[in-house]
Amino acid sequence: MFDLFAYGDAGWGDELLAGLGITLQLALLALPLGLLLGFAFSTLSLANSGSLRLVARLYTTTMRGLPEILTLFVIYNGVGVLLNLVMKSIGADPVEFSPMLAGVIALGMVFGAFAAEVLRGAFQSLDPGQTEAAQAIGMTPMQIFTRVKVPQVWRFALPGLGNLWINLLKDTALVSVIALDDLMRMTKVAAGFTKLPFNFYLAACLIYWILCLISEAGLAKMERHANRGVRRAGS
Amino acid sequence: MNPIELLIQYWPNYLEGLWVTVQLAGVGAILAAFLAPMLAIVRLNGHPVFSIPVRIYVSFIRGTPMLAQLFLIYYGSGQFRPFLQEWGLWSFFREPYNCAMLTFVISSTAYQIEILRGGLMGVPAGEVEAAKAVGMSPVSLYRRVIFPHAYRIAWPALGNEVILLIKASALASVVTIFDLLGETRLIFSKTFDLSAYLWAALLYLALTAVLVWGWRRAEILLSPQFFKSGRT
Repeated sequence: MFDLFAYGDAGWGDELLAGLGITLQLALLALPLGLLLGFAFSTLSLANSGSLRLVARLYTTTMRGLPEILTLFVIYNGVGVLLNLVMKSIGADPVEFSPMLAGVIALGMVFGAFAAEVLRGAFQSLDPGQTEAAQAIGMTPMQIFTRVKVPQVWRFALPGLGNLWINLLKDTALVSVIALDDLMRMTKVAAGFTKLPFNFYLAACLIYWILCLISEAGLAKMERHANRGVRRAGS
Repeated sequence: MNPIELLIQYWPNYLEGLWVTVQLAGVGAILAAFLAPMLAIVRLNGHPVFSIPVRIYVSFIRGTPMLAQLFLIYYGSGQFRPFLQEWGLWSFFREPYNCAMLTFVISSTAYQIEILRGGLMGVPAGEVEAAKAVGMSPVSLYRRVIFPHAYRIAWPALGNEVILLIKASALASVVTIFDLLGETRLIFSKTFDLSAYLWAALLYLALTAVLVWGWRRAEILLSPQFFKSGRT
């Protein structure tokens, strides 16, 4: 049964590995986009202007309330339709919107909405006295952000962001529905070819599970590092 | 076609899809709610022979995409067709609706176990000791003291889980079920009109909003003592 997963022409090991590569690529590209959106919308949701706060609230509420797969379809079909309208209007040939790009954008936008809420909580738990102290010794707003705020926000937000990363890893499976050759889709191909769907889907599940367990271990380590030097009550 | 015309033409399809989504998520969450309490007790207080399998089950479900679980059950069951036919179970696994429902129950049970574990751990030891001191049997201890308190603690988190399940039920459309997203994809494939997705998005948001509101009302009913100060 193990030669099913052998490397090379005989087994499906290399195909699954290639799919895993796409899955990881997708997750690692969506992560920075999501963090960027998260920082942007958490800043908006803490802005003085009520209309900016409303924009942030609308974005986070909508994106968190919609099924991820619906967001993916809207981005994939919607941007595709818009792109072709634009191409038509400038007289160019219609282009194919890449599923990879659609996946990165959709997953990044979902991650961003959840991350914005996590980061908002983290920014709100900062001690304002520290910002004032930093201002008093003449730090620029940028310096305050990178040297005083971010290291602490990081510490507060890490558990929440870690959960979001694990959700992101799992959500990458959805892109198989829009014909991207990720782990899930390669599994489907292998399952259809060998007529052994149970073996292959179980293998895919185990691979995702291992990814999550590795992530959990890594995140625990990062949390310990981020919390070094913090006194804990009662320990 | 403008969005309003699309809605006028296709509203019966949206309603049918919405009903299937409500069924899948609602029945799934309720069946899971019957299974989770027992397993949460096993997870917390059971003998390792029982509690370790529960831990592995919860970790596996939480560590794998629900789409993979759905495919494992729906397509994977085909591999055991002769065996399932022999046991008379094939007619169950043949239907995508049943497979989706089974996936949602298995998945939601795992998440609810984790949430209830937190709730059970949050019940103060003094309450349990007092109940034992007045001679309550283990069954009435759980029924009258521990679970009522644990569910009050876990209530908001359980609400989040139901919302996640509503969103996850959209995966059913991938295995040819015409839930809300399934109907929407059908409408989009006929019209190539993006407002098909707009209405689906609004319906999902409305469904979540109704649930959030109802859940909050129920929370106030469950713990009226916390809401007496006129704050709702």
